[in-house]
This record gives sequence, C-alpha cells and structure tokens, in this order.
Amino acid sequence: MTGLFESVFSPGSVDIMLNIGIIVLKIAILVGIVLLHVAYAPWFERKTIGHMQVRMGPMRVGYHGLLQPIADGLKLFFKEDIIPAQADKPIFYLSPVISVFTAMAALAVLPFFKGFVIANINIGILFILAMSSLGSYGIVMSGWSSNSKYAFLGGLRSSAQVISYEIAMGLSLVGVIIMAGSLNLTDIVEAQGKWPHQWFFLPQIIGFFVFFIAAVAETNRTPFDLAEAESELVAGYFTEYSGIRFALFFLAEYMGMILMAALGSICFLGGWHGPFDVPYLPFFWLWVKIMISLFVYYWIRATVPRYRYDQLMSLGWKVMIPLALANVVLTATIKILR
Amino acid sequence: MEQVRKDPLPDQQELVLSMGPQHPATHGVLRLVLELEGETVKKCTPHVGYLHRGIEKLGENRTYLNAMPLTDRLDYIASMSNNVGYCVAVERLLGVEPPPRAKFIRTMTAEMSRISSHLLWLGTHALDIGAMTVFLYAFREREWLLDLLETLTGARLTVSYPRIGGVRNDVSQEFLDSLWQFTEEFPGRLLEYETLIDQNRIWLKRTKGIGVVSAEDAINLGFTGPMVRGSGIPYDVRKFAPYDAYDQVEFEVPTGTAGDTYDRYRVRMEEFRQSNKIIRQCIEKLPKGPVMTPDSPKFTLPAKESVMQEMESLIHHFVLITKGPIASPEGEIYSAIEGPKGELGFYFISDGTGNPYRMRLRSPSYVHAMSLPYLTEGSLVADVIAVIGTMDLVLGEVDR
Repeated sequence: MTGLFESVFSPGSVDIMLNIGIIVLKIAILVGIVLLHVAYAPWFERKTIGHMQVRMGPMRVGYHGLLQPIADGLKLFFKEDIIPAQADKPIFYLSPVISVFTAMAALAVLPFFKGFVIANINIGILFILAMSSLGSYGIVMSGWSSNSKYAFLGGLRSSAQVISYEIAMGLSLVGVIIMAGSLNLTDIVEAQGKWPHQWFFLPQIIGFFVFFIAAVAETNRTPFDLAEAESELVAGYFTEYSGIRFALFFLAEYMGMILMAALGSICFLGGWHGPFDVPYLPFFWLWVKIMISLFVYYWIRATVPRYRYDQLMSLGWKVMIPLALANVVLTATIKILR
Repeated sequence: MEQVRKDPLPDQQELVLSMGPQHPATHGVLRLVLELEGETVKKCTPHVGYLHRGIEKLGENRTYLNAMPLTDRLDYIASMSNNVGYCVAVERLLGVEPPPRAKFIRTMTAEMSRISSHLLWLGTHALDIGAMTVFLYAFREREWLLDLLETLTGARLTVSYPRIGGVRNDVSQEFLDSLWQFTEEFPGRLLEYETLIDQNRIWLKRTKGIGVVSAEDAINLGFTGPMVRGSGIPYDVRKFAPYDAYDQVEFEVPTGTAGDTYDRYRVRMEEFRQSNKIIRQCIEKLPKGPVMTPDSPKFTLPAKESVMQEMESLIHHFVLITKGPIASPEGEIYSAIEGPKGELGFYFISDGTGNPYRMRLRSPSYVHAMSLPYLTEGSLVADVIAVIGTMDLVLGEVDR
C-alpha cells in the first residue's frame, strides 16, 4: 500500500498527474464551449435564414427564441429511440458515435489562441483531414445498417462525395503548407501576420476557393447536401434515426461545420491574428472569423439550389482537383524561384 | 402490384424503390415504383388512386347546383378555376348566359387562382430542386392572394364562388383596390424570384435538358397547358375556345422551344405576367350591372330578397335546391377551360333531369402523371423530382 502511495505521489508522477489534470481541464473547457456553440449554431442558422426569407425564425421559446436549442435538445433527449427491426443493431448504435467522436477529436489540434492548443502535434492538418475522413464512416455505416433504401442511397452518395472532395480539400491545403513550411497549425498561424494582406487567402486565392467549396461539400451542406436531400431521399442516411441518436448526427454535422470554419480561418484567414488585440479575449478574432464563415454557409443555403449527384462528382473531379493541383504546382514553383 | 416485391430475388440487379405515397417531393399521395440501377431509373411505374373520392360518381347523385362544391376538391390549389370550368360547362349545357360583370369577375378571379397555383408550383418546384428561399417568397404573395379571395368569398381554398349564371356576390371596391395594389407590386416580386434562380448555374444545370418532350410527343401524350406550351405549341383554351371574358382582354400565350424543364419554368414565369395583365384589364374594364343572370328562374336561384317576399320565387328556390334545374335539355356536352395545369374539361350527359346522367372530368394532371415513365426512364433519381415538379401535379385532380 505504502509503495503504491509513494510511487503515485513521487515528485515525477505528481508532475505527470498535474499535466494530465490540466489537459483534462482544457478539454472540458473546450468541449463545453464548442458544445454551446454547436447548440446555438442551428439557432443562428434559423435566425439568419429566417430573416433572409422575410420571416422571423424561432420566436416562441425565450427572448427571440434564445432557449429554442435547449428545448430542442430536451425534446430529442426524451424522445423514444426507435430502432428498426431489420437494422444491423451494433453498427446502427455505433455510427452516430463515430460521427460525433471524429468531429470532436479533430478539435484537439486547433489552436484557438496563442499557446492554447490541446495537442500541439506536428501533423495537425493531416490529423484533421484524417478525422474528417473517418467521420464519413459514420455516414456510410448508418446508411448501411438502417436497412432502408433511402438511407442506403444517402450513405452511398455521401461516401462518394466525401471521398472526392477530401482529395480536393487536402490538395488545396498543400499550398498553405508549402507557404508556411509546416503541417503544424500553430506554425501556420504564426506564418501569417496581423493584417489581412498578410494572410494566406490572398496568395492562395485558388486554394482558398477550392478549400471553401470542398468544405461545404465535406460537411454535406447546400448545394452539396445530396446525402440528406430532403426532396429526394427523405432525410438521407439518418432517415431511420430518432431521438438522441438523431441528435448526435445533428451535433456532428454542426460540429463539422464549425471545425471546417475554424480550419479555414486558421489556414487562410490568419487564425487568431487581428488588426489589434482585444484584451482578455485572445480568441476574439478567430471567433469572429468562424462566425463569419458560418454566416456564409447559411447564406449559401438560403440562396442556391442543390446539385445533382453526377454534376457534383464531375465538379469535384474535373474542376476542383485540377484547380487544386495547379495551385500546388504554382505555389511550389514560386517558392523555389524565391 | 406485382412490382412491389418485399424481398427482391437474389439475382435481381435493380433496387426497387417505392417513392411515395408518403414522400416529401411527390406533392400529395403520388406513388412511384422506381427500379433503380445505381441512381439511374430503369423503370418507373406511377400508382395513382390514393386520394380517390369518387367525385364523378358523386356528381351524378347531386343536382347541377349542388355538385359545384365538389369541384373545389379537384385541384384544391386553384379551386376557382375548377368552379369556373364547371359553371361554364353547365351554362353551355343549359343555355344560360351570365351577365358581363359576372364574366369579368370570373375571369379576374380565375386568373388570381392561376397566379396562386403557379406560385405554389414555383415554390415547391424550387424547393424540390433545393432553392429554399423562393418557396417562402412565393408563399408571401400567395398569402396576399388567398387573403383577397377570403375577403371576396369567405374561404381561402375551397371558394365555391361562381354560380350557374353568374357569381355569388359582387366585388367590393376595397377588394378591387387591394387587388390593383397587388398587380402593381407583383411584377417586382417576380423579378425577385428570377434574381434567385433564373440565371443560377445550378438551377440551369438541374433544369436544362431535363424531362425533354418534343412537340410531337407532347401532342401524342395528350399534354396541355404549360406542359405543351413549353414544347413550342401555343395551345391555350383561352385563345382557341374563349369563355367568360377572355375574348375581351388582351394577353399573349408564351411558349418555349426546347420542351425541357427550364422552358416550362420560363413559360409559367411569363404566364404570371400575362395573368397579372389580365387582372388589371378586368379591373379597368369591369362593367356595371348585376352579377347573376336575372331572367332564368328555371336555372338559377332567385335573389334572397324575392324569396322572402314572393311566393313564386320561394317555390323556384325550393325546386331548384331539391330537384335541380328542371328544364335541363337532354344531350351531352364537353366543355373545357384553361386551368392553371392545363385543359380542364367537363363532360356531361344529361337525361333531362336535375342531375347529370354522367359527369366526367378531363383533368390535366392525370394525363401528365401518366407520362412519368416516358419522361423519367433512363434519367437519375434527382431528375424524377425535377420532372414531378415541372408537371405541377395536384393529386386531388389526378385521383378525383
């Protein structure tokens, strides 16, 4: 007993315990804040689109519907969790968890302000790309395990889409990696300056363009929301889900959007950099950039129709990937010539 | 029903997808059994009848006066057009001529219902293709029109406003003022919709070259309305066999060239403007006078005041309600009007009693729905949605 006590509380292990404690605290704070944002992202979306469509959006629960996310969450939480009799149950249970897990895990490498990043690893971008690719497993598996034709078609569409746009997105980020000379997201932010003309979106305008479109496609948003095309496939891959499992998919989708907005802000829009420092709010500029990106997401949704499946694929393979490749070649050539 | 196998055979290559009757894009209770190979439609079998109410048979058991509210339930998006079509048919059968003011009011309200029907079409068609905002913009204007109809008739959808030999009540000046205000603002609103989708690349990609019907095929398939006009044939009952006041107003019949979904969209957008023009002309030219024909007590209900005071009117009223128009001539008649969806025909066989011996409806949506296999086989699932949208199907009219 004494031995164990001594080994646990020896000076070295106290240090480790303290570090673990700090990391756990950081994770708790981060996940708490992000979940709050994820809860209010749909509210923000409904309000934005509502006002664009000459209506008010949610108004009933709380002041201007501010408590609507909580009401929705409670409703989904207490709803009956219906599992189709023909469903492949273990996979059916697992797939929403995969979706949420991968979306959350990717948050670990995002630098929210100078010095705040949970895992400052050297392959930050690769980690995020890997996690968002893994997230499509949740979609494919839910489509397969529901044993429903609509969900199945949704899953098929989504897997094809995510694979095609994953490539374009990865290639569009290569330009940024070349310019910053690092895969570490903190280094990428450090390589950009305080003012907008020092950010990477100007020299990497093609990359930014490809990244932006790929990010919309990656998160299954309009005009690329084929996997959940309401008018065609009812609700797509999560047609058979209800209650809390549906809420998990919902959570994963909005978390993916925030993640992509954050990644875009970090790689192209200077991350936490801003023209001036806001005291006590070091994450202010990143937050503003993420919110603007989300607004643009919603704006697009309120404006454009939906692509057809084959048109989406040809856009991805015939336009996006060649553009991104050309950008890589261009950036690399300029980098060598300098 | 043999296409609907619960367990597909193991060697079967196609995925049998039952789209509808509960499906967000089939606009009611249309059911399509699609045999898919990947996302390509190999075979499409429409199933109708989920909304069958036997309106044709019910019409045979009611007097000509009493059967009119049934027609509200045909194309419930534009019930005014159905009412007008029914009344025009019965008037032609009985030889009644409504007064000019009633004709203009009918023309005006029928065009209102055409606009409100096309607005619903535009909104849902755009929503099916994914453009969400157009739907809410279109419903904003539709709401105005429905409110106007409510002030005139007391009902928003099932109006039952025209009568055999006229219309039920006269229009008020406030109604005309508000409608004039609508026609002033509506062209600007149309530009708003067009800003969103007219030149939108995705919209063009989703509609151009989709659901193409050549002019010859359109005729062979029995298409009418915007479906046939999109293929370049200027067939419009309002021009070919004018009824009500359509021979006294000026309007054009817009046509397309390619016969695809986009051209039909353009045709309907142009029809908005033409209908708007017709309504304005009707308000300007609206003649004074009664709104019910006064001289045919055997066909039309007498005025309420005279029923209260005169014995003869009371008897006429009683007989008309219980037995129908007693002096209806024997014979048969087919009479068509231009509904928002196409040629809406009423066919009556009269045996001289107050009820029709046979009442048959030629509904455009039914004819269009039957061409779904022709238009969708070989295309993708997403195009099926676009084609259903472009047909402007209303299942109340398909199933009757």
